[in-house]
Amino acid sequence: MSRPTDSGQTKYQRLMQRKGEIIRKAVGIDYQQFESGSVAFDYEEMMRSVGYSLDEIRSIQAETGVGGTPLLELKNVTALARRYAGPGKGARVFLKDEAANPSGSFKARRAAVSVYHAQRLGFKGVIAATSGNYGAAVASQAAMRGLDCIVVQECYDSRGVGQPEIVEKGRKCEAYGAEVLQLSVGPELFYVFLQLLEETGYFNASLYTPFGIAGIETLGAELSEQMRERTGADPDAVVVTNAGGGNLTGTARGMHKSGVELGGGPEGSGLIAASVNLEGLNMAGDRQFNRKSFTTGHTGFGIPFAVFPDRSDVPRSAGRPLRYMDRYVTVQQGEVFYMTEALARLEGLERGPAGNIALAAAFALAQEMDRDQTLVVQETEYTGAGKHVQPQLDFARQNGIEISLGDPRGEIAGESIVLPEDPGLITARELDLEQLSRSYVKRSQQLMKEQGKTARNDSADIRFLAAETRRSEAWVRAALKELE
Amino acid sequence: MSVMKGEWVQIHMVVLQPEERSDRLPEETSSVPLEMWAKGFLLNEEARLGDSVEIETEIGRRLQGSLSAVNPGYTHSFGAPIPELLQAGRQLRSLLREAKT
Repeated sequence: MSRPTDSGQTKYQRLMQRKGEIIRKAVGIDYQQFESGSVAFDYEEMMRSVGYSLDEIRSIQAETGVGGTPLLELKNVTALARRYAGPGKGARVFLKDEAANPSGSFKARRAAVSVYHAQRLGFKGVIAATSGNYGAAVASQAAMRGLDCIVVQECYDSRGVGQPEIVEKGRKCEAYGAEVLQLSVGPELFYVFLQLLEETGYFNASLYTPFGIAGIETLGAELSEQMRERTGADPDAVVVTNAGGGNLTGTARGMHKSGVELGGGPEGSGLIAASVNLEGLNMAGDRQFNRKSFTTGHTGFGIPFAVFPDRSDVPRSAGRPLRYMDRYVTVQQGEVFYMTEALARLEGLERGPAGNIALAAAFALAQEMDRDQTLVVQETEYTGAGKHVQPQLDFARQNGIEISLGDPRGEIAGESIVLPEDPGLITARELDLEQLSRSYVKRSQQLMKEQGKTARNDSADIRFLAAETRRSEAWVRAALKELE
Repeated sequence: MSVMKGEWVQIHMVVLQPEERSDRLPEETSSVPLEMWAKGFLLNEEARLGDSVEIETEIGRRLQGSLSAVNPGYTHSFGAPIPELLQAGRQLRSLLREAKT
């Protein structure tokens, strides 16, 4: 349906064809050196040769005051969870207060390494395509290092209406001196992004480069060290808000590097991903855009990025969440808003809603665990005008979303937000990881078909797919056979 | 209203017309253009809203578009109170008191 030009292609299609070349110049990584020619690539080698070591990252981040955030014990949240837990149940809940980073979220860790790397390579400026905390983080780090910064954000629907949360994040980027380009709804934000990279020659501060992901490893390492110091042991479970998968990947890698082995322990333990359930909403829908109250941390990103991580703005994403997650749960929008209120009322901590997705899940998960176990909620984010439970619910109400107190299980994304009438109703709903793994394999097989390739039974592809999905090679072979 | 050179303004651009957009879009998105807004200092000597103008952005880049706002501010706020949330807040405090006794 696109209007063809002389070459038979639209300007959109022509630019998208040069994607690989533009990205290569803009991140300074030749991804082909890690490729096998098929679906497999050498992930660990990419992380090793292009990234930085944990100690290097600690010192890069220390230069700009990133990291070293407090670990807080949420004693009142724990007490409330125990009120609903069975006898002997109700793990101690801890929180890593990432809002204490310079730009107000853990994204400062990713941005610190990306912007450092851009400066080291001699780039004059950095560009980030994000409507969220990451844009603010890149803008803040660029300000500290004296680099130019452009942030491209999906901001308005076709009526020119923008969610208060996104408008606030745009303001924050401008406060740090970034040029903010605000777009209407649509995935062609990536087209604008590529055009900008080509025009300016700036660095692509992608969320998904090895540097961006390595930046989060310090978060995993810190929380392990702080828990040992506080409780004398490793945490039994860590709950991570999941969108593009980078947060979970970096945290897991950092924990492994500091000697924590999660998973395989008592029931309920492990590295647990949590997303807000936005089932049924189309993320590219102009009118549906303003009918969701979360712009990140939701299933609209979490599930597609888990089953196809390379859908990001680099050829090979360094965020590969299925490799690391032990469980994946969802919570409802109303449950997260409720727990945001609970965090303020019970713990005296006013923090932004999106960062509390893992907190809502943790409140339910702690009730499954034993009293002598511990659980860490891995992040918080800043809050303020627009980016706060009250304006976000007020905006939703003005957009015709019905808000009520009741049973959150009845919530329908895009139509209603149900705040639990009792906190005992908060539930972490399990997603089937095996099903997601199957989707991953299916997607890979489609890609191979498009490229005219097939996975051979004994090939590197099988080993790769097994590592990607954390399943056995036999399982991968069976899954591939089933698809045939 | 006349806008003078050097004033902080916002411009509007159409990046892709509906027929130039990606093929993989829901109808509600493919039927409208991809639009973009940017802010900067006006470079034209004088202009009126809707005029085609040039600006210099915060980082010194030059962009062209139609003049859409002068001295554009932020209007997002803390919004109106949500009665259901106020109720939840009070309930949380009393549940915690019960839990601790």
